Amino acid sequence: MTRWMVIGLALFLCAAESRAQDAPDCPVPNYLLYGDSALDRLHAAAVKQKSFKIVVVGTASSTVPGRDGAQSAYPARLEAALKKRLPAVSVTVAAHSRPRQTAVQIAETFEKLLLDEKPDLVVWQSGTFDALQGVDPEQFRASVADGVETLQAGGADVILMNMQYSPRTESMIPLGGYSDGLRWVSRERSVPLFDRLAIMRHWNDSGAIDLYAATKDISMAKRVHDCIGRTLASMIVEGARLEPLEGKTTQ
Amino acid sequence: MRDQVKDAKAEPASVRGPHPFAAVPPAVAAERDLRLDLFRGLALWLIFLDHIPINIVSWLTIRNYGFSDATEIFIFISGYTAAFVYGRSMRERGFVISSARILKRAWQIYVAHIFLFAIYMAEIAYVTSSFENPLFAEEANILDFLKQPDVTIIQALLLKFKPANMDVLPLYIVLLLLFPPILWLLLRNAVVALAASVLLYSLTWHLGWNIPSYPTGHWWFNPFAWQLLFVFGAWCALGGAERLSPVLRSPVTLWVAIGYLVFALAIVMTWHFPRTAFLMPRWLSEWMYPIDKVNLDVLRFAHFLALAAVTVHFIPLNWPPLKSKWLRPAIICGQHSLEIFCIGVFLAFAAHFLMIEVYGGILMQVAASAAGILIMIGIAALLSWYKSVESRGSTPKRPPDADLAGGSA
Repeated sequence: MTRWMVIGLALFLCAAESRAQDAPDCPVPNYLLYGDSALDRLHAAAVKQKSFKIVVVGTASSTVPGRDGAQSAYPARLEAALKKRLPAVSVTVAAHSRPRQTAVQIAETFEKLLLDEKPDLVVWQSGTFDALQGVDPEQFRASVADGVETLQAGGADVILMNMQYSPRTESMIPLGGYSDGLRWVSRERSVPLFDRLAIMRHWNDSGAIDLYAATKDISMAKRVHDCIGRTLASMIVEGARLEPLEGKTTQ
Repeated sequence: MRDQVKDAKAEPASVRGPHPFAAVPPAVAAERDLRLDLFRGLALWLIFLDHIPINIVSWLTIRNYGFSDATEIFIFISGYTAAFVYGRSMRERGFVISSARILKRAWQIYVAHIFLFAIYMAEIAYVTSSFENPLFAEEANILDFLKQPDVTIIQALLLKFKPANMDVLPLYIVLLLLFPPILWLLLRNAVVALAASVLLYSLTWHLGWNIPSYPTGHWWFNPFAWQLLFVFGAWCALGGAERLSPVLRSPVTLWVAIGYLVFALAIVMTWHFPRTAFLMPRWLSEWMYPIDKVNLDVLRFAHFLALAAVTVHFIPLNWPPLKSKWLRPAIICGQHSLEIFCIGVFLAFAAHFLMIEVYGGILMQVAASAAGILIMIGIAALLSWYKSVESRGSTPKRPPDADLAGGSA
């Protein structure tokens, strides 16, 4: 029975057509990237006010160490990619890095974040620190659900982002329960999930980026963050139906 | 005892004479159900494949096609065989002796768990010492627990600190510790025992009972919930399966089970392909999600039951291929489940190590998966041979211990 399923799966993958993405050197299959959850608030802001604000909230894996880390990390790369693709829209991306904080601690900051930043979209990267701490996955899921509810009640669109794919530590940090939890919340609250785990795994498996490499070199971290930023931009453009606003030059 | 039972069938009647159980009318089905060994062996292979991080072969494992996974199979069959082995022992030799055997078995599993923990510590210390990629600075914090070895090791001995993929044996230990009174009740009044198990399961869901872990959180496999599957397996072994057989033979059951498996497959496909999520009605997802593995969600339990019903329908007890040499490798793995489980966890570590240090491509994933299963088969064959030599070489001075059943309980 499983053999037929695998064949079906393979056919499904082959049938998935590719779509314009702003990441030619680290492509992602569409089935990993595009869902049915729409970013309506962002769409309205982009169409009516010609401007929107995105806040990225995340732990250490949303940052790149080093002096010029802030410019290399994916929030800044996302901003650059969106500005390039949407020349007629004023795009702001603010990064709120909260290393060593669990989902429940981060969710507590959302009321203030909504007041201070008035974001149209919040990208919430989560999971790794909770997994390292061994937080009860069910409690993690409930915290994420509460946090997303707060953000949505405050009028913001939400994208959830899960953990990095880290092959060296994969059997050591049990990520499964946390990525499942993020997936449940994304379904329940109809918010897109940026499946960073599967996307980075795809890059690794397809040979685009060798994540096994034992390197101290910062350039690989920069490259991965650049790819994440551009891929996330593709997801946002598609999710908020911003294709009509795209500049001709990028297509 | 498993091997005694097996040997009794395989060897001439003269060998059967001194068999201590031969004179006693069998309390439970005398014919060993090879399907149990087969599916436990297969479950051990699947657990091994799932434990290798990033493994293309793990797409073949059942967790990708439904709600339940190999853990359910493993725990159910373990409950079944525990009742099979210790149920007989409790009828013949009483509560105290059989309980002592069960506790001794729990101790063996505890020692095996600590042994695996030592291997795990060695691996993690090695891998993370060569781990300086700035991209993974956050993940490198996994070394934090090594900064307090005094606390961590004590917590590991208390089964509160459990590294990734090392949750099944602690669950098994707790289930065996709880087993003597459950077995006693099952032998007195099976229905009451099963009802008590269901009651504990529902109370756990309502009151949120679980065992705390270190540094935070709770057990990944909540023993108070997962006992349902173990006790259900035990109940089936002690006559429940016969009571259920009219239900299992009914074509209605078969079609309901197949329908549910197809439904679960469709749901799981919407996880793999977010594009298809719109096919999933909102009311259904609100009712269904989350599907809780920690507390053995009813949907998971039902999925296991459906799998079991379909399996039993198509694979009867006397299914000829069960005696063929082609299924022999899986059957012998299932017959030494504790050893093969531990070896599987170790081999998954080793495969991961090879992928990091040598090459992690698809070729290596396939090769490591195949080699791992072959090693598991080889060791199971060695253990079978060893036991047969031991039991032939000396007249049994002491009654065959249920613990000799190795993987049987």
